[in-house]
Amino acid sequence: MMPATGTTPLFEVRDLRVTFEKRGRSLEAVRGISLHVAPGEVLGVVGESGSGKSLGMLASIGLQPRGARVSGSVRFKGRELTELPRAEMRSLRGSRIAMIFQDPLSSLNPVMTVGAQIAEAVWLHNPGMSKRAAMDRAKDLLALVAIPQPDRRISQYPHEFSGGMRQRVMIAMAVANDPDLLIADEPTTALDVTVQAQIMGVLAELQQRLKLGMILITHDLGVLAGHADRVAVVYAGRVVEEAGVNDLFARPGHPYTRGLIASIPNMASQTDRLFSIEGSPPPIGTLPPGCPFAPRCPMARDICRRDAPPMLFEGAHGAACHFAFDRAGRAA
Amino acid sequence: MTRYILRRLAAMPFLILGVVTLAFLLTAVTKGDPLTAIISDRQMNNPEVVAAARAKWGLDRSLPERYLIYVGNLLQGDMGTSFITRRPVAQDVLYRLPATMELVIAALIVGSSMGITLGVLAAAFRNTVVDHVARLFALIGSSIPVFWMGLALLYVFSVKWGIMPGPGRVDPRAALPPSVTGFLTIDTLLAGHLRLFLDALWHLLLPAFVLGWAVAGTISRLVRANMLEVLSREFILTARAKGAGERRVILRHALRNTLVPTLTVIGYSFAYLLTGAVLTETIFSWPGMGSYAVEAARGLDFPAIIGVTIVGGVIFLITNLITDVAYVVANPRVRLG
Ligand SMILES: Nc1ncnc2c1ncn2[C@@H]1O[C@H](COP(=O)(O)OP(=O)(O)OP(=O)(O)O)[C@@H](O)[C@H]1O
Ligand code: SF4
Ligand SMILES: [Mg+2]
Repeated sequence: MMPATGTTPLFEVRDLRVTFEKRGRSLEAVRGISLHVAPGEVLGVVGESGSGKSLGMLASIGLQPRGARVSGSVRFKGRELTELPRAEMRSLRGSRIAMIFQDPLSSLNPVMTVGAQIAEAVWLHNPGMSKRAAMDRAKDLLALVAIPQPDRRISQYPHEFSGGMRQRVMIAMAVANDPDLLIADEPTTALDVTVQAQIMGVLAELQQRLKLGMILITHDLGVLAGHADRVAVVYAGRVVEEAGVNDLFARPGHPYTRGLIASIPNMASQTDRLFSIEGSPPPIGTLPPGCPFAPRCPMARDICRRDAPPMLFEGAHGAACHFAFDRAGRAA
Repeated sequence: MTRYILRRLAAMPFLILGVVTLAFLLTAVTKGDPLTAIISDRQMNNPEVVAAARAKWGLDRSLPERYLIYVGNLLQGDMGTSFITRRPVAQDVLYRLPATMELVIAALIVGSSMGITLGVLAAAFRNTVVDHVARLFALIGSSIPVFWMGLALLYVFSVKWGIMPGPGRVDPRAALPPSVTGFLTIDTLLAGHLRLFLDALWHLLLPAFVLGWAVAGTISRLVRANMLEVLSREFILTARAKGAGERRVILRHALRNTLVPTLTVIGYSFAYLLTGAVLTETIFSWPGMGSYAVEAARGLDFPAIIGVTIVGGVIFLITNLITDVAYVVANPRVRLG
């Protein structure tokens, strides 16, 4: 029961599952993620480490690791991506859909110049283009992400760049072909605190300027307050809450989301100590029956340990909790 | 980087002197009597003949004296006269070294192209039939001794099927072109002698393959392991996210990142090839340093033994130098003062 949104989604993931076969046992790491992004919209995806954010997004564009089985539906501008021939999927990646990663130190090729790596992104999708023209475009892109002296920088290797500068290079590469969707997987997590805001600034500005649809993955809900239009909260491989960003902060429907909000440093500044959710997420493959959050949930009752909660909606705001929106648990 | 190379070059003379001294001492501590190699058993009992021979070859001097004489002569390019061939060792070496180098370089080309190809294929198609076949092929090469492999292939391809030439560098009836580089494949071309060139190449193929196969295993194992490591790195995901195809990911992004360890193992396998060449040359009647060394060792031909050891040592030093420099050049992250 997907709530009607005004616009047709740019990108729509439905019941995405990613399973690994390990020693005869199948482990479901992503257990049915559903989310959607409208053109020009920023969707924040938040969740603890290991909840399947990266894996889910990678799998949605066909970049799952070897041996992973993917099922579900992924639609981009109405086209079903999971049924696309590999070559067509490839021509979408890097041109219409781009992705940047958490660690800019390891996500650039150490033995290729920065210019060559950006130029590669350009001419992979413009086969007729000369290498020179691609290099020129790379130079412009470096300037676009505010890297000083692009003429000199272009022939340098990644190790000659700082972490923040490398992430700018990644961003330049991602927007090289003016994509419609940018998936940014924790783009600032690996950076110095002082640099994090700058990089978010660059991303936000480009997102506005290029009218990018964007999926911004983070485990810091605080980042999303200023940068996301909507938020999807992921827990144990599934979206447990989705809402407009203001709605989410004002009226979180899921106890897990409330925990996340309470653990944001400046939001908790009134209280003496930072709140943190007790316990840790269940390891994949060992989910309890009923609500996966039950072992850590302060509100858990019998029904939670017995029945998995469905997604309950109030308008476009959904939460997978028996007691979302102050509803009494449906009697069993 | 230039300073690094200069520093390495400056160290070379000392290293070479070390090799010379070591080679000299090693023969000096060997027990066997070299006289048995230069005079017949019957004349051994004739003291005059024995004394004359000792004086002629300097065998009656003290060890330090002999060392100084040797080093002095060596500096003038004189390595003494071979007991067996009775020609200057330097001349023998000059004739035989190119034959060995030609074989070893050919083997290095065969071995590294085989090794890299197998390693890349095995990594790209890991845990599939391709991987298993590639690994088996590599294993055969590195586990079967060179002499056995040489004999077997020579027997099958040359003797039994007759599709490969017999031993030797070239058809023995052919008139050889003037020696310019000593590499038959190059000299024949320089002389514009195409038929002879093909014949030389044809003769080179089997021994180079036997020797190359032996190192291909080591190289392919290393390339495979490195490729797998590199393929798991994040920038590979970046390349895929850019829309690069599998070929491009493997060849442009992953392989290029395994270049440094690959170059290193290829460089160091040179030493193995030099050793392996001794056996290969013996089996294929290849008139190179290896068969020369075997003859010298059998006859306790001291001047020849020292000469071969020194030349081998120097080649080893030079390849190590080249390998290390290549390592620096290929790796943009290495910064040396
Ligand atoms: N190749 C694989 N084989 C088996 N399990 C895997 C593999 N790759 C990922 N997983 C599992 O999938 C789960 C989800 O991982 P994922 O990287 O998507 O988490 P995440 O939400 O992005 O966490 P983080 O915030 O740390 O980036 C993890 O439990 C991980 O162990
Ligand atoms: S369903 Fe129950 S256990 Fe799960 S989050 Fe809601 S209250 Fe907590
Ligand atoms: Mg992640």
